[in-house]
Amino acid sequence: MIRALLVRGLLAGLLAGLVAGGFAFLFGEPRLEQAIALEEGHSHDRSPAGEQGHEHGEEAVVGRPLQKAGLFLATGLYGVAAGGIFALVYAGLRNRVGPRSDGGLALAAAGTGFVATVLVPFVKYPANPPAVGDPGTITGRTLLYVVMVLVGLAATAVAVATARRVTGGPWARWSAAVAAFLVPVVAAWVLLPAVDEVPEGFPATLLWEFRLASLGTQLVFWTALGVLFGLLAERAARPSAVPA
Amino acid sequence: MSELTTPSVVPLPRLGRWLLPVVPVLLLLGYLVLMDNGAVSQMGDYLHELMHDGRHLLGVPCH
Repeated sequence: MIRALLVRGLLAGLLAGLVAGGFAFLFGEPRLEQAIALEEGHSHDRSPAGEQGHEHGEEAVVGRPLQKAGLFLATGLYGVAAGGIFALVYAGLRNRVGPRSDGGLALAAAGTGFVATVLVPFVKYPANPPAVGDPGTITGRTLLYVVMVLVGLAATAVAVATARRVTGGPWARWSAAVAAFLVPVVAAWVLLPAVDEVPEGFPATLLWEFRLASLGTQLVFWTALGVLFGLLAERAARPSAVPA
Repeated sequence: MSELTTPSVVPLPRLGRWLLPVVPVLLLLGYLVLMDNGAVSQMGDYLHELMHDGRHLLGVPCH
């Protein structure tokens, strides 16, 4: 059973990643290109010694056409990794926590995955287009981002455990779960150091639209993962679907 | 797939035997796609550049 779910998770993740890549290509790439154009315009102002970034121009290691193909490679492989881990968590939850139907649990788990691993870090450390962010601080910012993802996952686990311990109706259990989730998450939002590396004069509208496109990409991914994985798991669970 | 039809739970020790080898491999894959700048891959900035657009649009700090 675990193998069956894992294979379906890897496959659903790959497909969901490619669908999200399509969304990112349509709605994200135009903003990304605009930001790169701004970055190229500003790059002459920087001192060569402090320049640790990369080139998007002719002499780049990977040219823009290949980077656009790399978008689908990145979202596809991200989907495989996330889908596989999702399937194993799902296997542990199945018939223990949440809806008893495969489709219902898949959607609930994918929605929770989006909130815990995307929305929680996004509120504190939102996505940035090229030209925003100092390459010198990438290690620290990546660590803070990972901490925020871990806080989201840990808060989700605490919320589920709390809900299972609370006696009473659905209202009491949901309230306890939401509180158990929000307390550590809001504490992390408030206490972790802020990152503000938007260069002066960077268009606010472009930043907002890029961030919306990025959030949309992840929303498309997690929705597609929940729907596709739910369909595959339901089909596998149906007795008539058992191959000879 | 017939095991999926039974409304049983997966015993946690059995799940553990899958988690232990699979999750580190998938986390490494996720790291290489989203975060590696040469430290693990030993490919310099190549992965960063190849995955560049995906990193930005998936919302991970890129550069």
